[in-house]
Amino acid sequence: MTTATVSSEPTIAPAMRMDHLRALEAEAVHILREVVAEFERPVMLYSIGKDSSVMLRLAQKAFHPGPIPFPLLHVDTTYKFREMIEFRDQMARAVGARLIVHTNSTAIADGTQPFKVGTQRCCGLLKTKGLLDALEAGSFDAALGGARRDEERSRAKERIFSVRDAKGQWDPKRQRPELWHLLNARLQPGETIRVFPLSNWTEIDVWQYIHVERIPVVPMYFATEREVIVRGNSLIVPEQPFVPVLPGDTLQVVRCRMRSLGCSPCTGAVRSDADTVPKIIEELVAARQSERQLRVIDHDQDGSMELKKREGYF
Amino acid sequence: MSGLLRICTAGSVDDGKSTLIGRMLHDSQAVYEDQVHSVRAASQNRGVGPIDFSLFTDGLKAEREQGITIDVAYRYFATARRKFILADTPGHEQYTRNMATGASTADLAILLVDATQGVRTQSRRHARIASLLGISEYVLAVNKMDLVDFSREVFEDIRGAFEEILGDVGCHALPLSALHGDNVTTLSPRTPWFEGPSLLEHLETVTVTRDLTLSPFRFPVQLVIRPDREFRGYAGQIAAGIVRVGDTVTAWPSARTARVKRIVTYEGDLDVAFAPMSVTLVVDDEIDISRGDQLSSVAHPPHVGNRFQAEVVWMDERPADPARVYVLKHTTRSVAAALSRGLALNQIGTVTVSATRPLVFDRYDNNRTTGSFILIDPASGFTCGAGMITGLGEGDRTEPDTTFGAAARLVQLARQAGSDAEAIAAVEKALEEMLI
Ligand SMILES: Nc1nc2c(ncn2[C@@H]2O[C@H](COP(=O)(O)OP(=O)(O)O)[C@@H](O)[C@H]2O)c(=O)[nH]1
Repeated sequence: MTTATVSSEPTIAPAMRMDHLRALEAEAVHILREVVAEFERPVMLYSIGKDSSVMLRLAQKAFHPGPIPFPLLHVDTTYKFREMIEFRDQMARAVGARLIVHTNSTAIADGTQPFKVGTQRCCGLLKTKGLLDALEAGSFDAALGGARRDEERSRAKERIFSVRDAKGQWDPKRQRPELWHLLNARLQPGETIRVFPLSNWTEIDVWQYIHVERIPVVPMYFATEREVIVRGNSLIVPEQPFVPVLPGDTLQVVRCRMRSLGCSPCTGAVRSDADTVPKIIEELVAARQSERQLRVIDHDQDGSMELKKREGYF
Repeated sequence: MSGLLRICTAGSVDDGKSTLIGRMLHDSQAVYEDQVHSVRAASQNRGVGPIDFSLFTDGLKAEREQGITIDVAYRYFATARRKFILADTPGHEQYTRNMATGASTADLAILLVDATQGVRTQSRRHARIASLLGISEYVLAVNKMDLVDFSREVFEDIRGAFEEILGDVGCHALPLSALHGDNVTTLSPRTPWFEGPSLLEHLETVTVTRDLTLSPFRFPVQLVIRPDREFRGYAGQIAAGIVRVGDTVTAWPSARTARVKRIVTYEGDLDVAFAPMSVTLVVDDEIDISRGDQLSSVAHPPHVGNRFQAEVVWMDERPADPARVYVLKHTTRSVAAALSRGLALNQIGTVTVSATRPLVFDRYDNNRTTGSFILIDPASGFTCGAGMITGLGEGDRTEPDTTFGAAARLVQLARQAGSDAEAIAAVEKALEEMLI
């Protein structure tokens, strides 16, 4: 046994080394290509957020000079911010991809909204059921998503190729081991797969990549003066007609931005001066609160994300 | 790879692995404040003290209920000097496969030992799996030193025992208390006899010698990109070495050579590309190359053959069966394959693998990507085995031998098929008939 060398880096031409971001990019491109090579009908979930923006760019890279060889799917709860929808349509046009928009219209017609049925049931109907229905309607065998393992505890154990049963559900105990970069694409009848090319990325990696690649993102990520409802520590953007203004609520102008983008009634803003990507990165490095703190849904109960994933949510 | 260190951890149940990882994440500021809050709430529900670091890593509900770690969890943290990807793998014996999974992509393994327990059978097993999976850099973390009064003697005994197990590899041994933080980020005054560096400082500065660009060029073709008649490119991730425009490369298994005309990327063409970049290569010859083929260095060709020796880790409850045929996925090629012997769950054994179609491979100790494969049970789709190629089977490049009985018949059958997919289908059908 020898003592480990703590000397300087070995002498290799600097040009022959890849930094952390390029290594993550190469890995994600590899995953995207495996999906296209191994599955008949892949689809990419497009949720309009920063992770989706990165996924789009990676898909452009993976198949260049060819077009992106799968459609994009947006499961629209109808409660998204207007700016998000505008951005979505603009991006789909810009990259020349086919965009499928799916809404659980039965649930909407039944009056499903978070304040009426509770956030859990609302997500279950509009996101999870909406997603499962859309995947079935398109007969998609593989769905690419931008989820990252660092987002939440139960996601830390998610595979890159994650098998779902005929009901779209996840069984954490029956996960396939994933070794090296060998991805097992074999499915039994009825099974489908969820694929997570950004598994090994962190939130800061995503922003750094957006910065170096100059990837467009929804402007709501950047700080500006906004009129918001202040409830305790939460800043709520009163997107109309989705966010009810309660008696006692007052509107205040606060310099703030969104750390993650979801449905307008369930996504809060954070006080911030970060109006550029480098400032956002700086803020994150110093941040003492994770990105999901202000997304009400993860706070419902301990392990709520895991429950939703088992049921079929991403 | 600069700026990125992939780590796996191994230890027996209760050695304090979760506590140690929680401590590292916490102390390196990767744990955000609201996670601290929700973890604090959950640990109060379980009634174990004010803050339980292991809850940072024990992700799943089942685990929280049983209080044990049952699956691989990946964790990400960074210091000013380096980024880390940490595979947290369980120590319980029945989950050997998870340790192999975590180790398969790791540069460095942290082997954890409880100072009050000393070196156990489990510890030896973990060290063996890590070295089998090609890890050459180790940290021996002797934990719970607070329970042995930070005794230097206890520490040195354990270190000595590990020296024998590990042999000649890089290893940094540390006396730790994960619970109290001794020697985790900073040196502890309670171990004045320990020179350091602390665990985190060591991880930030340790040099791992694996450099893929120094090996011969290997490029498994993933996909043929053909947007129009003009363009035909081979997309893939470089598994080893360097490629330059103008290089002559050999396409395997056809053994035809071609010159690299362009290295295409979204940002524009490159003059040179190297491992582990994902690129698209255009060659000057109209040779027939498809997914599963490999472009490689002319001077240092890979092995091409149907048979080879491998160390196989079995990962499925249903044991390996020499009478069955498996789908073998190696780089971007899937073939039907038979094994020379049976293996039980979590057993590791030397196996002769006989594939229906030739594979283009290297020995695992030369190249982790072109030297590794997984085995898939065609009946369940489960990843049932993981293999590391150790050498050529005798009879390489010749007819498959007949000692495997039923398997050899299937191999014969599959060789008549026109493609991998057809071969697998034909073999599965025959297999079903045989089982009835
Ligand atoms: N005294 C002491 N106890 C420790 C130390 N590290 C962990 N423990 C305790 O040992 C038990 C098992 O730790 P845990 O991290 O869950 O072990 P794992 O099964 O290896 O993940 C817990 O009760 C910890 O609080 C240590 O350094 N000193």
